[in-house]
Amino acid sequence: MIEEVLATARYNDKIDPSLGIWTWEIAFYLFLGGMAAGIMLFAAWAVLGGRRDTLPFAHDRFALWAPIALSLGMTTLFLDLEYKIHVFRFYTAFEPTSPMSWGAWVLVLIYPLMVAQILSTLRAGYPLLAGWLERLPGGAWLLDLCEGRRRLIAWLVIPLAVGLGIYTGVLLSAFSARPFWNSGMLGPLFLVSGMSTAAVLPLLAGVAGGEKKFFERTDLGLIAIELTLIALFLISLATGAAQHMQALQLVWGGEYTVPFWLWFVLPGLVIPLLLEIIAVRGNRQAAITAAVLVVAGGFMLRYLMVEIGQVSTWSQYAIQFDPQLLQRLVP
Amino acid sequence: MVIDTRTCIGCGDCVVACKNENKVPVGLNRDWVVEATRGEYPNLETEFRSERCNHCSHATCVTSCPTGASHHWKDSNIVLVAAEKCTGCKACIAACPYDARLIMHPDGYVDKCTFCHHRVDQGLDPACVSSCPTHCMHFGNLDDRDSVVSRLLRERRHKVLMPETGNQPHVYYLT
Repeated sequence: MIEEVLATARYNDKIDPSLGIWTWEIAFYLFLGGMAAGIMLFAAWAVLGGRRDTLPFAHDRFALWAPIALSLGMTTLFLDLEYKIHVFRFYTAFEPTSPMSWGAWVLVLIYPLMVAQILSTLRAGYPLLAGWLERLPGGAWLLDLCEGRRRLIAWLVIPLAVGLGIYTGVLLSAFSARPFWNSGMLGPLFLVSGMSTAAVLPLLAGVAGGEKKFFERTDLGLIAIELTLIALFLISLATGAAQHMQALQLVWGGEYTVPFWLWFVLPGLVIPLLLEIIAVRGNRQAAITAAVLVVAGGFMLRYLMVEIGQVSTWSQYAIQFDPQLLQRLVP
Repeated sequence: MVIDTRTCIGCGDCVVACKNENKVPVGLNRDWVVEATRGEYPNLETEFRSERCNHCSHATCVTSCPTGASHHWKDSNIVLVAAEKCTGCKACIAACPYDARLIMHPDGYVDKCTFCHHRVDQGLDPACVSSCPTHCMHFGNLDDRDSVVSRLLRERRHKVLMPETGNQPHVYYLT
């Protein structure tokens, strides 16, 4: 028997009794960052495949959604900072060992590329917006420039968007101090989940015909890959060292078993998978329900991952101290 | 830092000294004392450990910091946070396997044990070491073979906490 008890007070806010430093703000950012990456990838894919006729929404209109998603995510990321006026400090240094520093600088590359990607199809996708832009000095020149380099822009988007999608997972997996996160599977898992949540957006936007079929089938495949990656992720924890096996217990009999399986895997992956199988045969209601569940499941994946990872730890003390006693000290 | 678990009585003076010296706000702690009991009754063995940041050589809090706010002080093992560079992103808190960091409200930046570097700079011991009534804590330079800490580690059996994290911690416990 070994029992380790705190003999003096320690109840640091958001640290004890278990870590709770990151909540919905970070989860929302990881979710929307992955979604933005997925949107950019589908838009680039449609351009590179020359599929304006078969995938008109993805080719001409989808790219505009990416900066909206990413900017919303960046807003919640900002909300999470404890020292908000120091946000500029991300850009006074580059720390190659810090994934967060890479993320901050990748965003500097991503935003201009997003704008270029939108401009490269703006005239076809959003003629009204393009009309306004053309009235500005240099607007028409900029549109011509981006349209002329549409394929080059799409080629540049692919590695950067894949990087953004994987980064949202690596941000967590790079923490060796949190066994539940410390798996190389998280990068690909978050990328595929991001692509899956992006693939259902055109369905929610009401695309029809061949494009609807394309996104339904693509999402079906992505969900199947995501389920495989989750299985591999759990297997890598199960076959890991003691602290990894202990981390797995949290979702395998432990306190997060019900949320993980009944709030995420079942309604966010298994049910949409089944609904999409029905949807590809032409059931519109099944398609819409599946799309909503996929988006909700994508957020739930990030939310639970962020929370469970913080609960998994190397050190755990039984807390003898009652934090409520502190209230008596504060005047 | 070297702490003798054989002479530590778990009084908590180190904790009080730290709070006084560093004006640590109510409810927050940079150091704490753990009482570890092993064995089956009646054959029990108790060890007291005064714990804090381990000032690791391979400090994951430093490598995960996106702004360079977390750093090693003057090429030593002492890990500090430069408040003027800290955004409060909390990556370092998630990166610490010892959960030794905290958020210092209302200022908002991340705080931790500094080994009282302001005292070390003047040739003094950290406040916790100075205040220990049983003299179970020792502070010094491990690169100096003649220092008290080097001698103690040569002569006595010792351990560090969770070396398997790979962080190379530098708070040593004599057992």
